[in-house]
Amino acid sequence: MSILEGKKVIAIGDRDGIPGPAISECAKSAGADVVFSSTECFV
Amino acid sequence: MKSVVKGTSYVLVHAPDMLLRNGTTQTTERIVNPDSDYLKKLPEHIRSYDDALSYLPNQAYIGNLDPVALREHEQPWFDKKYDKADRFGSFGEIMPQEEFYFMIQAADEFELVRLEKGFVEEYKEKFFANPVLTDLIKDRIHDGIEKEALEKLLEDDAEGLYIGDRLVGAVKKAHDVDVALTSHVLLENLASKASNILSLLHLIKSAGLDPDEVDYVIDCSEEACGDMNQRGGGNFAKAAAELAGFTNATGSDTRGFCAAPVHAISIAASLVAAGAYKNVIVAAGGSTAKLGMNGKDHVKKDMPVVEDVMGGFAVWIGADDGKNPYIDLEHLGRHTVGTGSSPQAVITSLVSDPLERAGLKITDIDIYSPEMQNPDCTKPAGAGDVPVSNLKMIAALAVKQGDLERAGINEFVENRGVPGFAPTQGHIPSGIPMIGHSRQALLDGDVKRVMIVGKGSLFLGRLTNLFDGVSFMLLPNEGIEEKSAVSGDELRKIVAESLRGFAQSLLSEEEDEQ
Repeated sequence: MSILEGKKVIAIGDRDGIPGPAISECAKSAGADVVFSSTECFV
Repeated sequence: MKSVVKGTSYVLVHAPDMLLRNGTTQTTERIVNPDSDYLKKLPEHIRSYDDALSYLPNQAYIGNLDPVALREHEQPWFDKKYDKADRFGSFGEIMPQEEFYFMIQAADEFELVRLEKGFVEEYKEKFFANPVLTDLIKDRIHDGIEKEALEKLLEDDAEGLYIGDRLVGAVKKAHDVDVALTSHVLLENLASKASNILSLLHLIKSAGLDPDEVDYVIDCSEEACGDMNQRGGGNFAKAAAELAGFTNATGSDTRGFCAAPVHAISIAASLVAAGAYKNVIVAAGGSTAKLGMNGKDHVKKDMPVVEDVMGGFAVWIGADDGKNPYIDLEHLGRHTVGTGSSPQAVITSLVSDPLERAGLKITDIDIYSPEMQNPDCTKPAGAGDVPVSNLKMIAALAVKQGDLERAGINEFVENRGVPGFAPTQGHIPSGIPMIGHSRQALLDGDVKRVMIVGKGSLFLGRLTNLFDGVSFMLLPNEGIEEKSAVSGDELRKIVAESLRGFAQSLLSEEEDEQ
């Protein structure tokens, strides 16, 4: 069982790293419930 | 027809007091936490003009230092000085704040900007000594007004212009209730316009551009100008062109966050390639809002706040001259709506897709210029080294495609890119800072192919969750292609052969029928 199974996840992504939607998709596929997802720009 | 890069200019404006008073990190902090330690400590972390001048990345930006040479200086760079630092470089200059206030006043067409009389008397000659300034700009400088009159303007919602605690100017609001014409908005827009004009003036000088020959200007900064009925009406481009003396030009604005400059270059190159215009200038001024954007982390790390300069640039795209490097319009990279957001999908769309279409591999590009943010600024703020992150993703894709050994990733990052050297001014670091250096390297034959990549954070505008990215290749010019000329005799021969062939085929058909 995945460590994210049944967990609530907040995904904060980075435009020049891994963006929020990509993290969300991975987390969802591992059984997580993504309650908030955002991509931030630090530059 | 090929579209070539005929010249570039890059300017910086040292703006320490605009950082303190107009940068949004600071203006927000003054609203939500006016007694914060950050605001108290910040003035101790502001650099002098001389410190900003001798800062290695700034010298690389204006063309006094090859960015590759930045590798010889161990990071961080804020505690080191470049011993050959100069205000003027081959691409532009680092203008002091005092002189930039004159540029803002010159950029104003509506009597909204007023400077203090004593300040004008003190700095006017210094400003006028700048060799790129034209009479068109100099003739616009007013004598200034009394300090008391300036203070009165502040009571009526004007934004002050300061040197330390000294009030030396003010930008008035342009309407009593219109939020698109507040003094804050006007200062942002006039500062962007003024730094754009400065870039254009440097392009005239450094590239030998004849202002009368410019047909079209595209502004690709990140500000919006208009009134409450058309907040983003534009047109920064034509406004800047007017004061740069481009009498025969019109223009328009291209927006797309940090990706806008790469979009603007591909549009400009297309206009030239189509024959619509011969000389198109892509230009941008800087952003006051982003001054000191990561200041809290810099103060926390007890380092100078290095986001103390506004940036500007101009790129001259012209018709093929058989000499200058050209923009490969047949193989543009683009992140589409359907591309997706995984790093692999992003880099594929921006880098490997256009290369594949051109019959090339990732390892066939000599220099990649993805987002060129200065790591001195981003690393202490927890955002890492942006150019290196992007180069690693490109290298990883090359490994996946079997064109690079996994062990070669670090060498790829080292050799196929340069350290970031541009201020974090959004559109300013977006791949564009390397065009000047790369153009020279291509002209000298030091490199064969350069790829410029820009990315934009569209999600910040809250209209979409998407971000954006576009790229293009800059290639060496191998001379103007000779048009194949067919002589009259040859043409007659071709027609005769064709007719003979046709007649022969008719005869054959008749024989078959018989």
